[in-house]
Amino acid sequence: MRIVVASGKGGTGKTTVATSLALSAGDSVRFMDCDVEAPNAALFLNPTFGTRKEVGILLPVVDETLCTYCGKCAEVCEFHAIAVIGKKTLVFPELCHGCGSCTLVCPEKVISERLDVMGVLESGIAASGIHFSHGVMNVGEPMAVHIIRELKKWDGLGTAASVELGQARGETRRLLDQRSRNDIEIRDSPPGASCPVVETMRGADFILLVTEPTPFGLHDLKQVVGIARELGIPAGVVVNRDGIGDNAVEAYCAEAGIPILLRIPMERRFAEAIASGKPLVDAAPEYREKFQALLEDITAKVAA
Amino acid sequence: MKQLIILSGKGGTGKTSVTAAFAHLAAQSGLAEKIILADADVDAANLELVLLPKLIEQQDFKGGKVAVIDQDTCSACGDCEAVCRFDAIHHADGLYVIDPIACDGCAACVYQCPSESITMHEQIAGKFYFSESRYGPLYHANLFPGQENSGKLVTLVKQRARLQALDENRELVIVDGPPGIGCPVISAVSGASLALIVAEPTVAGVHDMHRVLQTVKHFGVRAVVCINKADIYPAGADEIEAFCRESGIETVGRIPFDLTVATAMVAGEAVTAFRPESASSVAIAEIWEKIIPPLMESK
Repeated sequence: MRIVVASGKGGTGKTTVATSLALSAGDSVRFMDCDVEAPNAALFLNPTFGTRKEVGILLPVVDETLCTYCGKCAEVCEFHAIAVIGKKTLVFPELCHGCGSCTLVCPEKVISERLDVMGVLESGIAASGIHFSHGVMNVGEPMAVHIIRELKKWDGLGTAASVELGQARGETRRLLDQRSRNDIEIRDSPPGASCPVVETMRGADFILLVTEPTPFGLHDLKQVVGIARELGIPAGVVVNRDGIGDNAVEAYCAEAGIPILLRIPMERRFAEAIASGKPLVDAAPEYREKFQALLEDITAKVAA
Repeated sequence: MKQLIILSGKGGTGKTSVTAAFAHLAAQSGLAEKIILADADVDAANLELVLLPKLIEQQDFKGGKVAVIDQDTCSACGDCEAVCRFDAIHHADGLYVIDPIACDGCAACVYQCPSESITMHEQIAGKFYFSESRYGPLYHANLFPGQENSGKLVTLVKQRARLQALDENRELVIVDGPPGIGCPVISAVSGASLALIVAEPTVAGVHDMHRVLQTVKHFGVRAVVCINKADIYPAGADEIEAFCRESGIETVGRIPFDLTVATAMVAGEAVTAFRPESASSVAIAEIWEKIIPPLMESK
């Protein structure tokens, strides 16, 4: 069962909810931090990373000794990332989406490809046996989606391209074996409502939307509900910082038929604990049961 | 003309609340009638919710294209699925179908299709708006849920804001930035005179502040840092100030955790207008005084 924790508005408590849900779910949970621009879940789950893999897109490399400057590559590129100017074929890496179309159409077959590294995936074991992985996008890179797509495909065991960092690999494999029996995957989404959020949600069984009861929280909640509906994935809401703002989120959820599955009140002690890097369920152990009930709720909704 | 961009890395640190307060403070100062506002967070555009502007103009925003298969001529050979690197083409019930949400618009499949059954179609990816707010003209947008090209839409919003500023000799464009460090942030940072980073003294906020500071530096824009919700975790606030001192980045103030900010938001007002005597309003006004006069005087 794949659960995505998303929000629209940033800072509503996605990572707080996702990490506490994972810590309450028993062992053999897979956790994926898909917020590759601002990956924070590791700060709360403190995994020991065992494997890493560099990821990016495949950029075209033109062999100029054989290029006939026919311009076919430039013609098919939707992103103007390759151009033929006189007797020179230029590639603009920052515009390239790595689709491979130019390589495929080159009549002379003189375009090869190289990996342009945009970030790194890391994987390891965190508290209570959580199999943790995340992606970290390099500063200055624009396209998070490529890294999220690779992260979702990665088993965390490493491939030929990855670097082994320690002894954790065998343990990761054992955990993955368990995962086939009891497989709960929790994905922590980036904020917003554009392509990185969609990539995180694709293939999920349930979307847990964390919001705060303010006009900003509501506005952005509606945006992500729109994506969940378009993808046809059932969704439920967690109202965080309950008690601030107004009742508009509640009214909207009732009208839109989206269940509110959990409320977490605005309490300064929660904010202080989370600020210091403590997961909510460690700061307030009474929430462990509430998150277990939330998981059961979600499981029942997915089964139905 | 100067451009101030407000950023944070982590979402929800208070960018929009600070931007709205700045718009209000500008209107009270010598910069009244001299500013333009731009909301560069196009997939979660919230500045309008506090400024409640009057819409003047709207336009469709054409985003990328998506590929569509003509099922009448498709021979179901599967070549398109084989070349798609975005997992957008699926085979179900004997048909190849393109998922428009996953399609990147690269058209690689178009050129590989032996029966020429695939064509590209332009999509309306969002709306672009120009409005009049109580504190000045506002350029904003709404990227439709799940769409791509947010960077392109941010660029459009900023371009239009800049053009009006130049036309009317307005001196300051205040840009409310998106979270993260990716394409919309890069578009938002480009051409900025100064970046105000609204940091949060939490482990996550500090982590993301480092990343956004690196991004801003990468694009050669000067940054200053203010700390919001500073008293929630004083150790984090001290860490931010120590880091900034070591890195030669100016810290321009601490804003205390104050629920008045949420109340003002519900009331549809900038906090400095809603309750000017509140602790957060006083702190934001001090930050304004500290950064804006030197910015306007700088070359």
